[in-house]
Amino acid sequence: MIVKEIQIAAYLFASILFILSLGGLSSQESAKRGVFYGIIGMAIAILATVLGQGVEGHVYIIVAIAIAAVIGTLVARKVEMTSMPQLVAILHSFVGLAAVLVGFGSYLDVHTQSLIGTEHTIHLVEVFIGVFIGAITFTGSIIAWGKLDGKVMSKPLLYPGRHLVNIILLIACFVLGYLFTVAPGLDGMMYLYMMTAIASFIGIMLVMAIGGADMPVVVSMLNSYSGWAAAAAGFMLGNDLLIVTGALVGSSGAILSIIMCKAMNRSFISVILGGFGAVTTGVAQEMEGEVTSLDHQAVAELLKDAKSVVIVPGYGMAVAKAQYPIFDMVQYLRKEGKDVKFAIHPVAGRLPGHMNVLLAEANVPYDIVLEMDEINEDLPHTDVVMVIGANDVVNPGAQDDPASPIYGMPVIEAWKAKTVIIMKRSMAVGYAGVENPLFYKENSEMLYGDAKDSVDKILSYLKG
Amino acid sequence: MKVGIPSEINPNELRVAATPKTVLRLIKQGFSVFIQENAGVKANFSNAAFEEAGATIVSTAADIYSNSDIVLKVLGPTYEEVDMMKEGLVLLSYLWPAQNPELLQKLADKKVNAVAMDAIPRISRAQKMDVLSSMANISGYRAVIEGANYYGKFLNGQITAAGKVDPAKILVVGAGVAGLAAIGAANSLGAIVRAFDTRKEVAEQIESMGASFLTVEIEEDGATSSGYSKVMSQEFIDAEMKLFLEQAADVDIIITTALIPGRDAPKLILDYHVAAMKPGSVIVDLAASCGGNCTMTKPGEVYTTENGVTILGKLNQLPNQASQLYGNNLCHLLDDMGKAENFKIDMEDDVVSRAMVTYDGKINWPPKPLPVSPQKPVVAPVEVEDPKIVAARKAKQEATGMVIKLCAIGALLLVLGQFAPAEFMQHFTVFVLSVFIGWQVIWNVSHSLHTPLMAVTNAISGIIIVGGLLQTTSDISSPMTILAFVAILVASINIVGGFLVTHRMLKMFKK
Repeated sequence: MIVKEIQIAAYLFASILFILSLGGLSSQESAKRGVFYGIIGMAIAILATVLGQGVEGHVYIIVAIAIAAVIGTLVARKVEMTSMPQLVAILHSFVGLAAVLVGFGSYLDVHTQSLIGTEHTIHLVEVFIGVFIGAITFTGSIIAWGKLDGKVMSKPLLYPGRHLVNIILLIACFVLGYLFTVAPGLDGMMYLYMMTAIASFIGIMLVMAIGGADMPVVVSMLNSYSGWAAAAAGFMLGNDLLIVTGALVGSSGAILSIIMCKAMNRSFISVILGGFGAVTTGVAQEMEGEVTSLDHQAVAELLKDAKSVVIVPGYGMAVAKAQYPIFDMVQYLRKEGKDVKFAIHPVAGRLPGHMNVLLAEANVPYDIVLEMDEINEDLPHTDVVMVIGANDVVNPGAQDDPASPIYGMPVIEAWKAKTVIIMKRSMAVGYAGVENPLFYKENSEMLYGDAKDSVDKILSYLKG
Repeated sequence: MKVGIPSEINPNELRVAATPKTVLRLIKQGFSVFIQENAGVKANFSNAAFEEAGATIVSTAADIYSNSDIVLKVLGPTYEEVDMMKEGLVLLSYLWPAQNPELLQKLADKKVNAVAMDAIPRISRAQKMDVLSSMANISGYRAVIEGANYYGKFLNGQITAAGKVDPAKILVVGAGVAGLAAIGAANSLGAIVRAFDTRKEVAEQIESMGASFLTVEIEEDGATSSGYSKVMSQEFIDAEMKLFLEQAADVDIIITTALIPGRDAPKLILDYHVAAMKPGSVIVDLAASCGGNCTMTKPGEVYTTENGVTILGKLNQLPNQASQLYGNNLCHLLDDMGKAENFKIDMEDDVVSRAMVTYDGKINWPPKPLPVSPQKPVVAPVEVEDPKIVAARKAKQEATGMVIKLCAIGALLLVLGQFAPAEFMQHFTVFVLSVFIGWQVIWNVSHSLHTPLMAVTNAISGIIIVGGLLQTTSDISSPMTILAFVAILVASINIVGGFLVTHRMLKMFKK
């Protein structure tokens, strides 16, 4: 048992460690140290809480943590790097769920009943808001997980008047909130249940309405929500550590969402309200020219003659798990004295930085992995650009077709290279559902098939 | 469209305005290419190589000048050459328009549209056609190589069994493209390099190439909006001369690269400087063709003074390499002008309108000044008064907006403080400050680490476990404890899974 002052000191120390942990992620070198700080901080926070005054039922706590540790370890060990987005999404839902549970628990707490006047009202408001955010995070994350995992269709679900419905639901929540705060004793429980149901529904509809291409924004937004949920729980429990940590996570997620939105040239609000990819007003450009394709041998020949090669990976690479054979090919080409680089679009994949993680998994040195802005000026002097499973991020329509729904989004200017090879499973449109004029350009050649098989075949021709 | 390349008449000019490689590019741009017999021989490009690249060999210069639409040359044409040109011909070559007004007049009379490659404005967009830069790069490199050739010792310092060798000291005067190239070459050969320039802003560039920046104790900046330096005050020049005298006695090789556009090269190394130098020292004067930076330079000659200082007034041009780069510059310009198909002289275009010194029978020189700032913006109080006022007004508006916003926020907080209890306000303080900290910290996270960041924040948001911990009671049947139990369970999965997966990801990042 430790006294309250010591506990506060421990919380402060834990908060500092969390800040250092996030700060550590500013570079690859210090990132591992950052995780270490985070773990220590968490351990201190839990210990200080458990050993503090007023905590009972230590047995149950240990049992719960033990079970969770086993599950968490198994999941983290087993998960494929390509399904990282799903994992992150489902973990967000856990935080949301925990926030809802803590909110209910706090309402049932006998201490709550002993509060009076403004303090009581404020506490109830805190509970209400905490449960509201938690519920949205919970169901929203589950839908995001479903979409990322292919269990829920990735197309945005839009119905007429959905904004009106959302507004009505929000007003309903306000009304319920008022009734909840004025209800004596535990009579407000009914309103809390109703609000939880409504918030859960809002969470579902919020993410359902968002298209697959916007998933990076949604995931980081949910990340932000999970932080605000924790902060709200901190308010209702009067716990500064929860408030600090929640605020850190909340602002982190918000910044990531902003960065993602900038990368897609979209306003944050419009992404949140949904409807991207379906709100095309103008008539999309007629596609001119012909789509030509090459076989693996011809691609290998092209690569043999090229001096500089830039590879633009996308979600297709992740799906096919092609990062390993790609790196084999890159190593071979580099040994032949060719200049090979990777070009990563900020929103390639389904998570911010998704491609970097996959390439790192295949041991690609990070100094040949460049960002869009760094590579774009090199592309006119590049001999071959290989687009592997990417589509919307190399769409020239974003620059020259005002009718295109992705007009204005910064893209990798692959078409400026001498030759562009596009590896794709079929002529189907990308996640944004937009035709890609790149395929019709004179200097582009298609190579159909699974990315992994194709790269393997190219490599065998290169060596042969 | 026909592009013609005549032989260079000047016997000292070894370069040629096209190489087999650039011919290939020109043909790809849609031009048909005609080249005079043996035009590339001095630069080691055979007629056969040009033919193989797709060019047609023509026997006389007259054929080229009378049949081509565009003529590519290195040196400006002689009057005889101008006489051979047909009306409306587009000529791309060095012209030095400021020094050659008569030649311009003659070209204009002939209605030749002449582009002075040396007048291409030095703006970012035109860098790929900037022949001064591409040629200066070569001469800077050659200056060191040839200087080292005449200098009878090692450039790098060595300690050997046969004794110690001191490194050579090289002074580079003028840190333009040539100067910086010379610094780089000299530095990589192991010499101690010092460099002087009147423009303070190049100090950083000099140091980045590995030389130390010499300066005089007078506050005067030679930078101008054209990117060249201006003529300095007498006081400054005196101090500069004194500095050079000290340096002349100390260094082994002096490389001068100072040029002021449209004037003779400034005299920087005077007779008494040369006299102060050690026997065996070398001066490489890259400004020799404009009169030389050294008073004792004999343009086009290499000779040794009475006190044993070798002065180089000419350099091997590396004709093969230089032709290739010059040819590329020309290709880039033609590319910019619309290639063969859409070839157009666009006098609205900043680059073309400035370099096109004669157009439609009129002389178009000097052009209106075009401010460029390849380096940091230079504060020139007199000229930039207007933007300053504008900036000040803008700053004022922003400040007013900020004040209004802050007042609004302050008022809101006061209202909140009026009603909320003290404890809430305390927590609220912590909350707001934490948001600010998070905001500052996260912007520094590198893009490639966004996924690990998300995983780690996810793990950290598992801190909600604290909520569950505080609510657990020893009575497992109470609803509150059950809720707390589940909360602890899911939050712990989050913590453990989140940290482990981040760790796994970060392990993979390596250089």
